[in-house]
Amino acid sequence: MSESAAKKKSAGTSGPGGTGKPGKSGKTGRPGKTAVKSADSAGRSGAAAVAGAEQGASGGAPRLSVLKTYKLFVGGKFPRSESGRVYEVTDSKGGWLANAPLSSRKDARDAVSAARKAFGGWSGATAYNRGQVLYRVAEMLEGRREQFAAEVADAEGRTPAAAAAQVDAAIDRWVWYAGWSDKVAQIAGSANPVAGPYFNLSTPEPTGVVAVLAPQESSLLGLVSVVAPAIATGNTVVVVTSERSPLPALSLAEVLATSDVPGGVVNVLSGRAAELGPPLASHQDVNAIDLAGAQGELAVELEIAAADNLKRVRRPAPVDWTADPGTDRMLGFLETKTVWHPTGALGAAGSAY
Amino acid sequence: MAFDYAPAPESRSVVDIAPSYGLFIDGEFREAADGKVFKTVSPANEEVLSEVADAGEADVDAAVRAARRAFASWSALPGAERGKYLFRIARILQERSRELAVLETLDNGKPIRETRDADLPLVAAHFFYHAGWADKLSHAGYGPAPQPLGVAGQIIPWNFPLLMLAWKIAPALATGNTVVLKPAETTPLSALFFADVCRQAGLPRGVVNILTGHGAAGAALVAHPDVNKVAFTGSTAVGKQIARTVAGTDKKLTLELGGKGANIVFDDAPIDQAVEGIVNGIFFNQGQVCCAGSRLLVQESIQDELLDSLKRRLGTLRIGDPLDKNTDIGAINSAEQLARITALAETGEAEGATRWSPECELPGSGYWFAPTLFTGVSQAHTVARDEIFGPVLSVLTFRTPDEAVAKANNTPYGLSAGIWTEKGSRILAMANRLRAGVVWANTFNKFDPTSPFGGYKESGFGREGGRHGLEAYLDV
Repeated sequence: MSESAAKKKSAGTSGPGGTGKPGKSGKTGRPGKTAVKSADSAGRSGAAAVAGAEQGASGGAPRLSVLKTYKLFVGGKFPRSESGRVYEVTDSKGGWLANAPLSSRKDARDAVSAARKAFGGWSGATAYNRGQVLYRVAEMLEGRREQFAAEVADAEGRTPAAAAAQVDAAIDRWVWYAGWSDKVAQIAGSANPVAGPYFNLSTPEPTGVVAVLAPQESSLLGLVSVVAPAIATGNTVVVVTSERSPLPALSLAEVLATSDVPGGVVNVLSGRAAELGPPLASHQDVNAIDLAGAQGELAVELEIAAADNLKRVRRPAPVDWTADPGTDRMLGFLETKTVWHPTGALGAAGSAY
Repeated sequence: MAFDYAPAPESRSVVDIAPSYGLFIDGEFREAADGKVFKTVSPANEEVLSEVADAGEADVDAAVRAARRAFASWSALPGAERGKYLFRIARILQERSRELAVLETLDNGKPIRETRDADLPLVAAHFFYHAGWADKLSHAGYGPAPQPLGVAGQIIPWNFPLLMLAWKIAPALATGNTVVLKPAETTPLSALFFADVCRQAGLPRGVVNILTGHGAAGAALVAHPDVNKVAFTGSTAVGKQIARTVAGTDKKLTLELGGKGANIVFDDAPIDQAVEGIVNGIFFNQGQVCCAGSRLLVQESIQDELLDSLKRRLGTLRIGDPLDKNTDIGAINSAEQLARITALAETGEAEGATRWSPECELPGSGYWFAPTLFTGVSQAHTVARDEIFGPVLSVLTFRTPDEAVAKANNTPYGLSAGIWTEKGSRILAMANRLRAGVVWANTFNKFDPTSPFGGYKESGFGREGGRHGLEAYLDV
């Protein structure tokens, strides 16, 4: 079996709603050289798909490849935009890749409703459970790394090796945050020695529904780097993908759907930041907004709109997404709750007990 | 019944109030650039206490420049040395606490019992606590060498004038920032007195600048391009305006805003303790407290018993001369605030809630409002939704813990909440589900410099106090 055919087969078993058995792509999953080659061939097969035909593994008759209809991810389901609109997504050379949904304000509102609905369960889950779910995302993504390497290469015009490195970093980022979920309260909380007979404990809690404008230039790693820290601590997210390169993010939704991430915890919208940003920034049931993917005037406009219900705002800033992510994106969308209770006294004053 | 007490007024002669005060800029008092002044009065009897300078835009600019000049050397001081200045300030505040308590009571109208026993001890404690952080910042969890932001513009309210000053200035200085602080226009005196404390402590000039004035001066301070950090405590409406002003800048912002705290009493709560907690929750400082327990949520089965006890207790509160050591409830801070409380209480009646106040005689001059209960309140009533910031308690009922949580969280605010029950697991379950920054269980309105304070949702963002509070003043 050629590498190209192996790739096609594995992709075919892991569509939306599929179980995405990671074992399949394990055949091509030998790390290093093979993986890179595989990504390369996948990239070429993408170009062949545009031409409309491809040599089948059985030889002879040309086989028409099956294209994917990219959809939104809202409340654990894969709807089209309610507006019925799509926009053309091209690779870095202008070649057609797909029609992505062009989300509307209504889609944004639906996504916020789904995120709010999911918040109670997700924030109430144990940190250990959330950590395992995030780790499961890494597992599922690992199983589809060739597919994502190809998509990232197409989306960002990267060499196969560079694209694969982005995917690997994105997988590792899920692992990083998976391990943080049950440690963040220990570094962000405190026992406070108040001057009185009181037990006093500060613990971090998730802020709530976080709207995220994902970075424009880093379609997968950047998006994972802003979504994972928010949900690791129990927030739920509505994320607007990179406008130009939404496909890796939309495919990531398929991974999330098969990784035990409860529906509504992450909602993925493709479309225009300038169209989706304002309804999210002014939405009264959104608690925070990450403006990573907003630029210039739009970022200022959104920060002003966010003041209406005092959203926590993370302003855009240049970030090297490949660098050590640290903890600040995780700590930025937390509230500190401090609980007091009298300690009382046992026995008579002066008792040794 | 209420016992009769002979008057026991604290002597006001312990504090000298000058007939006029200037702005404290670059280590000196000076008049406002345009010469404007305004009067500050005692809300208990409308007596004019002093005349203070009314800062304008030019004064804001001068103060920010002074703070900027001072920043280089102040931030370069070894932390231990900065800390020693703060320790000095803490000690001087302790030494002069009686003067300050009387001054604060005169200017604010709150009972001397509170300024003496709550405000001033906490003020000194706040400086003492933060003094110790100055040379330990590398251990605070913000990296090996966290840096200050620069010039902090700070705007504080009139309800705890000196305590809010301490909450703002102590962490700012400990972390190496310099400060321009604007106290509220109705309570400028204790901040000006604090300027003298800085002088006695030998604090380098320009490190702390105090601008008395009105909202326009605050707005100019927030908008000043050379301010790196804005910290505001006050109303949610003004907080939102400030957030819009700093949008698109590099200014770091923390806001501590309004609240509509739910004080939740379960049927197994110790009633007498709960009643004391309810009274403390809403009548402390005349209810002019952002974290006041202004909504009483009482389990339906004990409503009658609890309200009987509460009403009996309210009948024993003594209202009157704030300088009298027996006074429980002092004056409302200003005519404007009194008008707002009065209007909201009238709305409560007009919307159909039942109003009750104990029989009490209010002084003939000054700004006074009797402790007030509203019963028969529903979630939709204005008195259940809007922050009144006065001695007005709205009583609602619930049947199940779920209903209590739903009602408590049904507000755009999220600053404080109270829980009264003997059941430990219920306390923890409730505390988990309440969306509020401070939860008091079987107690209320407790504060401490080590304990982070601040809100969820529209009660603002950022924390003051504790390790958490340092972040607001560090470049992290």
